[in-house]
Amino acid sequence: MEALVAIAVGALTGCGIYLMLRGRTFPVILGLSLLSYAVNLFLVSSGRLTVGAWSIITYGQERYPDPLPQALVLTAIVIGFAMTAFVLVLALRANFDLGTDHVDGVKGSDR
Amino acid sequence: MNHLMIAPVLLPCLTAVLLLFLAKQDKGIQRAVSVLSTFAMVAISLALVAQAGQGGYGVYALGDWPIPFGIILVLDRLSAGMVLLTSVVAVGSLLYAIQGWDLKGTNYHALFQFQIMGLNGAFLTGDIFNLFVFFEVLLIASYGLLLHGGGADRVRAGLQYVVVNLTGSAFFLIALGIIYGTLGTLNMADMAAKASTINPELVPVLQAGAFLLLVVFSIKAAVLPLYFWLPGAYRAASAPVAALFAIMTKVGVYSILRVFTLVFGPEGGAVANIALPILIPAGLLTLGMAALGALAARDLRTLLAYLVIVSVGTLLVALGISGQEALAAGLYYMAHSTVVVAGLFLLAELIKDQRGAREDTLLPAPAVRQPAILGSLFFLGAMGVAGLPPLSGFVGKALVLRSAVDSPHMGWIFGVILGGSLLSLVALSRAGSVLFWKTEGSGDARNPAATATGGALLPVILFVGFTAILVLAAGPIYAYLDAMAGQLADPTGYISGVLGGGN
Repeated sequence: MEALVAIAVGALTGCGIYLMLRGRTFPVILGLSLLSYAVNLFLVSSGRLTVGAWSIITYGQERYPDPLPQALVLTAIVIGFAMTAFVLVLALRANFDLGTDHVDGVKGSDR
Repeated sequence: MNHLMIAPVLLPCLTAVLLLFLAKQDKGIQRAVSVLSTFAMVAISLALVAQAGQGGYGVYALGDWPIPFGIILVLDRLSAGMVLLTSVVAVGSLLYAIQGWDLKGTNYHALFQFQIMGLNGAFLTGDIFNLFVFFEVLLIASYGLLLHGGGADRVRAGLQYVVVNLTGSAFFLIALGIIYGTLGTLNMADMAAKASTINPELVPVLQAGAFLLLVVFSIKAAVLPLYFWLPGAYRAASAPVAALFAIMTKVGVYSILRVFTLVFGPEGGAVANIALPILIPAGLLTLGMAALGALAARDLRTLLAYLVIVSVGTLLVALGISGQEALAAGLYYMAHSTVVVAGLFLLAELIKDQRGAREDTLLPAPAVRQPAILGSLFFLGAMGVAGLPPLSGFVGKALVLRSAVDSPHMGWIFGVILGGSLLSLVALSRAGSVLFWKTEGSGDARNPAATATGGALLPVILFVGFTAILVLAAGPIYAYLDAMAGQLADPTGYISGVLGGGN
């Protein structure tokens, strides 16, 4: 199970960083989103993976997963959602103001 | 429980909410509310400095949850001092902004108050995930403030600034995940208590988390090779926003100081003093490259942005030397450099408005309309930043160099700091002589309305005058900073003070 989560986090991070290094703003934003998915998955797994138990105190349940990372991930998801919305609108505005969606903000920056 | 400690976070937050409701009202009312709140913030921070000056650690448990499990605010001399520094810079920036900048976009004052809230929260918090949350609050307010006024240049610089900081936030979360997974707690005092006793198998993982945290704070603090976002962003920002941004890099330096003297400090066991070998080389390289950048700058605001990075490099060197004397010197230098650079950014715009089409590029242009007052303020500010006696820059640099005398790297530290000062001095002299003396052409190209009013000059005079106060009152100020550094050099005191509930 840990291997699966680790591979997923790694794949998402790798794809996210690759996209963030692209030359156009929209792939950069997609890359940031993928990176934030990877980060949120990583945060959940920092509380160790527990199968078949939930975080609510229940009669007869001995093992409980750690509830704190779940709270941390909720915070991170909400913050990430607001930031993604903001950066999308900013990229649209930049495309309108600068006439190009190249990350350097200068037309014809590609060689 | 003493509720004054939450006021630096609550007051700006409630003011911002009130300002949002007043968004459609007369501008005079919004300005009055904002100014009153910021002045009240100065008074509160002075009260907190007095409270912290009695020694000990004030602890405020939010929601009254038990201490290692809930989120806490911690008031020690360093937090109080940083909150006071924020309030001082905020007052000056706001007094400048109400001269006209706040009308150039919507909701300037609300964003400004949210920014103050984020800064104060970051300085006061005792919980590392709460530090992340307040970082995000101050970052998103800064995005809005940076873009205030619009225009293609600002949007271009803003997009790059936003993407760099979003990446930094993602890395911050990864580091927090690693640290929580190894230490099992997010409370900084508890982390420090547990860092020395973790399972030896987890030590490499914790070291990786620590260094990733150092990278994140270095992005914020603008350390080489992570400072390339700064010159473009600070150059594009409007003047009051650039002045407020002078304290934003200091949030990164404060975080490095807090986390790496407390959690990964001398009591850390396997992860003790983990960042210490890196800080001096990083600081010296940052200083050197930024001094070269200042020399190469083509306009005044880029020059000032590189001088901000020079001051960050000097601060990192002071942190790297470690020990009470070096920390006190670094804190004095931090107070000086923040305020004087804020004043210079405000002055740069006053100069820029009076030079016509050339604006603040370092090329000959028609003479400014008010050379006497602007020139003398620039002269004093430049003396302060470059470190010439008798202003506080000299005192700060001398203190840092004196604390480096016993360090094994003394030669490098003296060489690079003094060389960097020389280069900044050359850059500032050249800028000053081009801006004020190498005039060409007649004054017809100048904007006829651009005369610096008393209201716009007042914050500049206040900031530049602050350097004089730092020198004249250097004795008592240094005594307080020395006690501050003494608290920082004693992490055991922090741990037992905070986990014991404070006093």
